[in-house]
Amino acid sequence: MAERNYKIIAETGIHARPATQLVNKAGQYESDVTLEYNGKSVNLKSIMGVMSLGMGQGAEITIKAEGPDADDALSGIDSIMKEGLAE
Amino acid sequence: MSNKFIGIGASAGYAIGKVFRLEDPDLTVEKQNISDVDDEIKLFNQSLEQSKKELEIIKEKTKDQLGDEHAEIFSAHILVLSDPELVDTIRKKVSDEKINVAYALKEVSDQFVIMFESMENEYMKERAADIRDVSKRVLSHILGKPIVSIAEINEEVIIIAEDLTPSDTAQLDKKFVQGFVTDIGGRTSHSAIMSRSMEIPAVVGTKKITDHAKNGEIIVVDGNDGTVILNPTEEELTEYKQKQNQFNEQKKEWAKLVNDKTKTNDGIQVELAANIGTPNDLDGVKNNGAEAIGLYRTEFLYMGRDELPTEEEQFEAYKKVVEEMEGKPVVIRTLDIGGDKELPYLDLPKEMNPFLGFRAIRLCLEKDDMFRTQLRALLRASAYGNLKIMFPMIATLEEFREAKKFLEEERQSLLNSGVEVRNDIEIGIMVEIPSTAVMAGQFAKEVDFFSIGTNDLIQYTMAADRMNERVSYLYQPYNPAILNLVKMVIDASHKEGKWTGMCGEMAGDTVAIPLLLGLGLDEFSMSATSILPARSQIASIKKGDAEKLVTKALQLNTSDEVKELVEEQFL
Repeated sequence: MAERNYKIIAETGIHARPATQLVNKAGQYESDVTLEYNGKSVNLKSIMGVMSLGMGQGAEITIKAEGPDADDALSGIDSIMKEGLAE
Repeated sequence: MSNKFIGIGASAGYAIGKVFRLEDPDLTVEKQNISDVDDEIKLFNQSLEQSKKELEIIKEKTKDQLGDEHAEIFSAHILVLSDPELVDTIRKKVSDEKINVAYALKEVSDQFVIMFESMENEYMKERAADIRDVSKRVLSHILGKPIVSIAEINEEVIIIAEDLTPSDTAQLDKKFVQGFVTDIGGRTSHSAIMSRSMEIPAVVGTKKITDHAKNGEIIVVDGNDGTVILNPTEEELTEYKQKQNQFNEQKKEWAKLVNDKTKTNDGIQVELAANIGTPNDLDGVKNNGAEAIGLYRTEFLYMGRDELPTEEEQFEAYKKVVEEMEGKPVVIRTLDIGGDKELPYLDLPKEMNPFLGFRAIRLCLEKDDMFRTQLRALLRASAYGNLKIMFPMIATLEEFREAKKFLEEERQSLLNSGVEVRNDIEIGIMVEIPSTAVMAGQFAKEVDFFSIGTNDLIQYTMAADRMNERVSYLYQPYNPAILNLVKMVIDASHKEGKWTGMCGEMAGDTVAIPLLLGLGLDEFSMSATSILPARSQIASIKKGDAEKLVTKALQLNTSDEVKELVEEQFL
């Protein structure tokens, strides 16, 4: 299992557009990808799961990937996070 | 017998045609036990695919008609249909409980709807509507009762609906849709604005048309005065066909004026400008012969999406508009949000009096990061044409000075990094708060121009909420109080060698035009479709006569007296 931590810096938090990008990206990998925030864990391949967390600016989150392409999945997601969304 | 309804004329013109009801089919479902799980899952998968295809089409149409940002929401809708939390849960429920998929879908999607609705955040609450929307579409396919789609209309009709959503209006085809009538909405609701920019006759806010109109019945729509007649008598039909012909003839006459300058009968020139919301409105601006854009409402760039537009997106939009206007003036108003226009993603607290609250420039001065992004985009776009910047809802000189200071700081920082910025950009303000009208003399020394926003100026002067129907009688554009305020502003600007425009509904109003000419208004900005009729009216008026008229009008006692005076002499 591989994991990375982020802090959301986008002023409007994770709304539909970035959520859409993240879910689309996660869907490209075979591995199970989860997002943890505030003690809850959701499937990152689920748009409703991601949106249901209501992550605002300053939220500290963890992305975990488990499976054959776990490292690729994390770096793919990392590229989206670093586009002004999180650090 | 015919049946008459009175609504609000949203878009001028007459339409006579067959009723086409746009409504949702009955999608109630009951729990049923099934024997063949595979068949049920297959039905589900097919319905999902069909729904995705439809959403792709709607997304493309929206992108073509309204631009990328409005199409974004449908990308999210498509993704919901691939969401494992939704579709896998439904499949599992069908096979575990051996129940019909329609019921399983309803149960599972309802759970998500409840979950989103119970969230604190306004933005998240709105997502419940998205899920409801998407599952309705899939359910309609499962039940074999497809939702009627505007995109599929292929004969001439008049649409009757409770209301039209943005995705409905994006799909309207002017070839077939001759007009529309809705139960709800006002002159400034989304569907009304769309009908004007598409030049489709429309009446909104009839309250009860959907209770009466049946598919295929003949209906008459008078978008000028808001009358709708269902099953007209022979005489009514003849009367309205005549009106329709006259209107069309009149339109042809007006069309001849499209390249003319706007001059009074005695040769005094004024400027007729258009109000726009997006670069997509530019066709209407050109087809109707506008000499300028007097109000570009930038809030549409911020609305119907879920995050702030970037500097680059804004720059592209502003640049497109100034370039296409080829050197003609373009007055761009900075973000005017708050009041009746909300941005859910800013997550602003609800206010008791939103029209008197944290809105427009007040909000921009506090959220200055957001404001500076817009100012930079505007400054960069200034290099491509004749761009003017206007601040909304200015109440005090300090507010203007602070906004201008931000603008100067951003100009310096752009210049320092070698970006081209015009150094002669005119900077003006909206006059919509009485304090600013009263102080116009002082303001005129510091601003380059005024633009009077009459809708707000009237509501603030009369202390009458324009969204409240019970006090709508106080919406009195011809009240001598309003005319005197307008006069103060125009006179103050002329004294300093500056100019005054007007960008509210009043500027295109046939009764107001002679009065405003008499007061010396320099620029009239209105819906593009009002421009040619206004040009024709102005050509018939002598400036001297208008001045005499307004001198009398300013002395009168009531709005009605003023209206009667104008009608007697000029209409």
